[in-house]
Amino acid sequence: MAVLNMVQALNQALAQAMEADPRVMVLGEDVGRAGGVFRVTDGLLERFGEDRVVDTPVAESGIVGAAFGLAVGGMRPVAEIQFMGFSYPAFDQVVSHVSRIRNRSRHRFTAPLVIRIPYGAGIGAAEHHSESSEVIYAHTPGLKVVVPSRPYDAKGLLLSAIADPDPVVFLEPIRSYRAVREEVPEEPYRVPIGRARVAREGTDATLVAWGAMMREALGAAEALQAEGVSVEVVDLRSLVPLDVETVVASVRKTGRAVVVHEAPRTAGFAGELVAIIQERALYALEAPVVRVTGWDTVVPLKRGEHHYLPSVGRVVAGVRRALAG
Amino acid sequence: MEGLTGRTAVAQEPQQVLTPDGELVGEPPLDLDDTRRLYRAMVAARLYDRKGSALQRQGRLATYPPFEGQEAAQVGSAVALRADDWMVATYRDAAAMWFHGYPWELLLLQRMGDERGGAPPEGVNVLPPSITVGAHLLHAVGLAWAERLQGRDRIAIAYFGDGATSEGDFHEALNFAGVYRLPVVFLCENNQYAISTPRERQTAAPSIAVRAEGYGFPGVLVDGNDLFAVYRATAEAVARARSGGGPTLVEALTYRIGPHTTADDPRRYRSEAEVEEWRRRDPVERVRRYLERAEAWDPGWQAQVEAEEGAAIEAAVERAEAVPPMEPEELLGAMFASPTPQLLEQARELRAALEEAGERP
Repeated sequence: MAVLNMVQALNQALAQAMEADPRVMVLGEDVGRAGGVFRVTDGLLERFGEDRVVDTPVAESGIVGAAFGLAVGGMRPVAEIQFMGFSYPAFDQVVSHVSRIRNRSRHRFTAPLVIRIPYGAGIGAAEHHSESSEVIYAHTPGLKVVVPSRPYDAKGLLLSAIADPDPVVFLEPIRSYRAVREEVPEEPYRVPIGRARVAREGTDATLVAWGAMMREALGAAEALQAEGVSVEVVDLRSLVPLDVETVVASVRKTGRAVVVHEAPRTAGFAGELVAIIQERALYALEAPVVRVTGWDTVVPLKRGEHHYLPSVGRVVAGVRRALAG
Repeated sequence: MEGLTGRTAVAQEPQQVLTPDGELVGEPPLDLDDTRRLYRAMVAARLYDRKGSALQRQGRLATYPPFEGQEAAQVGSAVALRADDWMVATYRDAAAMWFHGYPWELLLLQRMGDERGGAPPEGVNVLPPSITVGAHLLHAVGLAWAERLQGRDRIAIAYFGDGATSEGDFHEALNFAGVYRLPVVFLCENNQYAISTPRERQTAAPSIAVRAEGYGFPGVLVDGNDLFAVYRATAEAVARARSGGGPTLVEALTYRIGPHTTADDPRRYRSEAEVEEWRRRDPVERVRRYLERAEAWDPGWQAQVEAEEGAAIEAAVERAEAVPPMEPEELLGAMFASPTPQLLEQARELRAALEEAGERP
């Protein structure tokens, strides 16, 4: 089995989806000749031609608005936005039309498209290149929101997203693009949307994370294991639909929960998880649920970025608070 | 306008075939039978429009956006389409949508506040009307693109007003359409006002049609109250699109006789004299005079048309009002192909709350 990083796994998924279904196409800024700013679409133009791998004008609303029409008209477009901070010009198309056409037309018209958005901090990039705004998409009815943390899930979730009858916002953790390599099956396979994964079993506390923060969560679990603390780590993989059962089952087992995300804390997705945990597992809780998150600031630039992102140390401290509480 | 090349790019005088008095100043593009058919459609549209305002006053519709004065711009362009072409239009385009197959009944149902009015019958390729301004131009672009990629020769038409031309999506849509030479027609009903804001506040360009030059494709300015001029320009644009010649921007210069919606008071921003001036250019009366001159109109036929079309509209109102409200599961059940566990739980919660309150959904 080939050992791939996430960029390679995503590239393989796109190529296999395009191979299998002539309606699948890719459009976005620099996705053709350049192969995408992160090279996720590398080689697709040569293989599938200009009709299906489309370099667009620099116009995010145009990319998503046109992709909407392409999807309603029978294509299966995969639109790429270069960075999450550049997805906002397209937000009206996403929130007002992409997410709504099925409801507005009572299933008569649908927009099965995928919007791929690299997200997250930790690479010392310029402003607008480090956002983690998953919650604004998760809060928008009518969208599925998916965040892989490793190459295997990236491929399987992207193939599921392209085949899905509804629009999927597909968030790719920039920091994990090339950081993790693992065995990825060559043949196409699907990882179901809406199912979390217990990435590491444990008995003393539950860590819930997704995307790039899985590295810190697993690192913290490893560090605590050395002290004799057994931490279970849940990788959500999908924010919408949310796999409530897996989260609640784990918290019922351990009695303690810590939610980790790199987005700002206030009104972050951790708030939703804390609400669900207290609704569904209050009497199993031994301590208040802890949030370890980014601060309520813009992501600091390179020199201050490490103060913003939850570190292994901050996650370990969060688990200790949950254990002490 | 003198373009960069020094040539005259887009005529500033709108093209006209039929004067407000119903006299021909050009070759009629339609024969008398077709003209009678379209006259009848415009009469029906006006009856519907007046019915819409009346129903709103009676509290049977939510707000209603009247289109009186724009019948020729809508019917004259829609008739240039093939039955399976895509139409993406606004809340003020009921006449165009109806002419292209969207039943009165469903247009009314949506205005009554029921999403099921947003589902036209299979084979009617008309999206439910766009309420946001301008975003839908990109949808027409994508639909036209999808048709070409799938090897079909359907085209797409987008209807929008002068206000929409100020939105960023107007630019992005025309730019994409020009870059990829897509089979799309941009039909601007310039009705002079975006609620209260006059056309001069939307652009400093001498016309909207002239802006097409910046995107590398033709723009055409027509008298939007002239059925023949609108039809001729749209038919040319449709033929260009279908034959691979790319997009066209058609500006139909018209006027919204009524308020923006039934919640608006246009006396605050325009004079009665101005409205009267435009009433003299009425698009329906113009064709009636033309037909009368050609001895293809008489009061008996007029009465028959009004009776038949009026009865059809009344029947549509009755059917729309007879649609029972949605159950909670259906109301919450169209966000996804299959509801998420969260939506299923919420529908159960709503049903339980209704039952506890002793209310029918």
